[in-house]
Amino acid sequence: MRYLPLTHAEREEMKRAIGIADVRELFTCIPGGSCFPPLDRLPRALSEPELTAAFREFGRRNAFAGHLSFLGAGATAHFIPEVVSYLSAKGEFVTPYTPYQPEVSQGSLQAIFEYQTMMAMLTGLDVANASLYDGATAAAEAALLSVRRSGRPRVLLAGALHPEYAAVVRTYVQNLPIELDVVAVDAGSGRVDAADLEAKLDERVAAVLFQSPNFLGVVEDGGTIAAAAHGRKAYAVQVVAEAMSLAYLRSPGEAGVDMAVGEAQSFGLPLGFGGPYLGFMAVREEFLRQMPGRLVGQTQDLDGKRGYVLTLSTREQHIKREKATSNICSNEAWCALRAGMYLAAMGRDGLARAARACHLNAAYFAAGASRLKGVRVVYARNFYNEVLIETRQGSAAELAAALKGKGILAGVPLSWFDPAQKNRLLLAFSELHDRAAIDRLLAAMGERA
Amino acid sequence: MAKENLLYSKDHEWVRREGGFVVVGVTDYAQHELGDVVFVDLPAAGKALKKGDPAANIESVKAVSDVYSPVTGKVTEANARLSDNPELVNQDPLGDGWIFKASVEQASELDELMDFPKYEEYLKGIAGE
Amino acid sequence: MNRLPKLIFELSREGKVGVGLNEADVPAGPAVDEGLLRGPVADFPQVSEVEVVRHYMALAALNYSVDKGFYPLGSCTMKYNPKVNEKLAAADELQAHPYTPHDLVQGNLEIMARLEDWLKELTGMAGFTLAPAAGAHGEFTGMLMVRRCLQEKGDARKVVLIPDSAHGTNPASAHFAGYEVREIASSARGTIGAAELRPHLTPDVAALMMTNPNTLGIFESDIVAVAEALHANGSLLYMDGANLNALLGAVRPGDLGVDVMHINLHKTFATPHGGGGPGSGPVGVAARLLPYLPVPRVRRAGDRCEVVYDDPRSIGRVKNFYGQFLVMVRALAYLMALGREHVGRVAEDAVLNANYVRKKLEGLLDLPYPAPTLHEAVFSDAGLPVKTLDIAKRLLDYGFHPFTIYFPLIVHGAMMIEPTESESKETLDDFIAVMEAILREAKEDPERLRQAPTSTPVRRLDETLAARKPVLRWRKGEGR
Repeated sequence: MRYLPLTHAEREEMKRAIGIADVRELFTCIPGGSCFPPLDRLPRALSEPELTAAFREFGRRNAFAGHLSFLGAGATAHFIPEVVSYLSAKGEFVTPYTPYQPEVSQGSLQAIFEYQTMMAMLTGLDVANASLYDGATAAAEAALLSVRRSGRPRVLLAGALHPEYAAVVRTYVQNLPIELDVVAVDAGSGRVDAADLEAKLDERVAAVLFQSPNFLGVVEDGGTIAAAAHGRKAYAVQVVAEAMSLAYLRSPGEAGVDMAVGEAQSFGLPLGFGGPYLGFMAVREEFLRQMPGRLVGQTQDLDGKRGYVLTLSTREQHIKREKATSNICSNEAWCALRAGMYLAAMGRDGLARAARACHLNAAYFAAGASRLKGVRVVYARNFYNEVLIETRQGSAAELAAALKGKGILAGVPLSWFDPAQKNRLLLAFSELHDRAAIDRLLAAMGERA
Repeated sequence: MAKENLLYSKDHEWVRREGGFVVVGVTDYAQHELGDVVFVDLPAAGKALKKGDPAANIESVKAVSDVYSPVTGKVTEANARLSDNPELVNQDPLGDGWIFKASVEQASELDELMDFPKYEEYLKGIAGE
Repeated sequence: MNRLPKLIFELSREGKVGVGLNEADVPAGPAVDEGLLRGPVADFPQVSEVEVVRHYMALAALNYSVDKGFYPLGSCTMKYNPKVNEKLAAADELQAHPYTPHDLVQGNLEIMARLEDWLKELTGMAGFTLAPAAGAHGEFTGMLMVRRCLQEKGDARKVVLIPDSAHGTNPASAHFAGYEVREIASSARGTIGAAELRPHLTPDVAALMMTNPNTLGIFESDIVAVAEALHANGSLLYMDGANLNALLGAVRPGDLGVDVMHINLHKTFATPHGGGGPGSGPVGVAARLLPYLPVPRVRRAGDRCEVVYDDPRSIGRVKNFYGQFLVMVRALAYLMALGREHVGRVAEDAVLNANYVRKKLEGLLDLPYPAPTLHEAVFSDAGLPVKTLDIAKRLLDYGFHPFTIYFPLIVHGAMMIEPTESESKETLDDFIAVMEAILREAKEDPERLRQAPTSTPVRRLDETLAARKPVLRWRKGEGR
């Protein structure tokens, strides 16, 4: 079998060298009754053409191709340059191990150093790590970091944080002496309710986690939230579920927050039915030693040449064990490398243009939707690439179902996350959409509503 | 600093008496075991300590080590030079590489430490293992 | 002369254009307050497409990889990553948005259900969650389930026992799950038997986390008795499945009394390491822990698949969306290619290869734990005139990636070697010959090793400097 190179003759030779007659003799340490059970319930081996056909069959059972999609809410289809697919597929990037032997891993290490730099630039903060699993677990890690560093037990979560992110934070803290509380959303603006935030901030609060652009599509006023948090010596953490926004909106650093975490799938990663994606974390210098995850640092070698190594490893599990900043070991390294390739390939202006197109497409839709009788644009200003609409008749799920029948996946009904929000639908726009696609969406909505 | 005049703990801390206070650091054996020190996590002045509590933390490239307080008392000062120059712990562990100073609430605790000859014996014992 | 690549920022020049897009064709202006906008990102790279390609090709040339050569790394299982799996995972027909309605993604849901079927059959566990993103994530998930199970019984307990030979993620994961870690010493044989365990079995013990085979490559043959002792104490047995490659097709952990275990798709199931990730760490459970599995879960309903999102007894959600789906695709493809005919051969060849290498190196290096080993073996630096690090660095000069060094912690100067079943006899013989040569050099010319490597693009990078004066990003004007 092609993945098993030993020939029969070689196995015989090796057994002789070891001094055994049967390979099974090497397994006698295993309790007899459970050794080598029959495997006949498993399917038979498939050759490569059979395997390809089997997966084509899986693909055929999917019926989403050909639908015009406006799905977002934490994952978005963006343009991926062919060079990114080509370069990231190279065996030298796909198949290496973690770069613990830096002399033979400078490719991976330098690429991640460049990625860390670009994420620091985009977030406007001092240092970014080499990746976490996804936006949701990155938010959880930020909450844990805040508690660890401040010694305070309470974390406030903005009400318009992605429900899955909030759920993961809850899972992470469930057995730890950490309290969570939710800050209300101001219905009028779609933003963090400033009065509720003020009421909930006290000396026991380690951090405020807010998402911007948030789950209602609204861009928060990060500066005001950061100022409120800092007034009580709490940290302000901005959660970014759509990384493309970092290339269009004022950076988290500029807003004055202490940390930015989130999801960078938008930077060159395929939708992949949810994974693998790319969690990012960027912080101000003072949080460096409390930061979870791997870090690539610059140094020099014996001959004075510049080189890169994994560094500050004493924060991590393999050294600090139960006192580590996190238990994370394997991260999303290849995804980070690919994101770095995407950012380099698009470049400063290509990225800015793509990021702007996402917003302009959303703005065009919002303007068009506001002229439809059957729906209301809930927040007509200060959104980025996602627009929240409310149906006037019938539920959002019914509207989405009707449009699905016309070959359009018109967004995420919020009732999926909160049954009370029956009439709300969140639509996402990217640079892959154009006027024709959005007109088709509006027309279909107009017919229905 | 004359090593003969210091007291020692089983965890390779050294202690110098200064009136009602002590100065604490780690021994040459400890810095050698740790390797190149890259960071020292210093205690804040005023921090209350019980004998045996981890008072500070030393990181080398590949390892982390707690520095335990040999006395019950309060931290009066930490060696701020170590923030920018952690290598002092390697270069001059008994002198400029001192880590923190603390007040002593129970002088009898110092009697539980080893004097220099006993520490030398102790080190010989470890080498023999 | 070895010229190292510049940083992408150093290649950047004002006015260079990368991959372009046209401006949006919609007649719309920004709907965001001026003050919330940013300008183009300062100092962000501006390079042409050909420069991007050359830059990354130059970086690629600096990397060792499985495609290039052997990685004898212990407990990493650096086996071959089949190329057909890369193609299957890139297929457009699978790239659905994770919020696509379920009736439109029955193929993807079937892939997840099918993978779970395979994993259940191979491990003997009653059910799986495919959500965790890596082994450590799986450990954390598993320990949360342990705690929830005991909480429901009214006694969450405080302590988790972990052998001194365990990987660092074990105590870290237990800690984040809310447990206090108590380390227990391995026996002189290097294992944890019921005898080593019993003195520690106090009423506050929630579980034992055990790697099997352990990090010395030794099968924990007392595991059935260990499981019984734990269960009698009201505790559970967690198995770290990082070393599953030694057992695949040979033993089912579920048959041995394991209550919960994680597996690593990027180890045993041939999905690529990618330079450090992405991995995937599915967790299998015995029947009594099924109610606590995280959400969402895929399950079969007749000839269709559905997804469960709510379950009050579940520990909750551990990740955004479904998990590392494209990694699951690769793992399933690997298993379907092996089939019942070959999956049993994986452990056989892995163990045969490891024992062959062990036999050949036993005469040259100290083997502190002489018990029979399965897929890996650990040597120490006892009696050597050089450090383990020096041997590792000299291996680089001979074109090999070193084995795992200084782990497990219970072996001094540990050298942990796991060949995997992917390596041919020729490669193993070559590796053994090189080790013989290096050990000869160690006696005759040890300075040669201490100066190694001499043939790599960089040599013995200063990790102390990197940690003392961290430079974690490029900044304009800081020319170094």
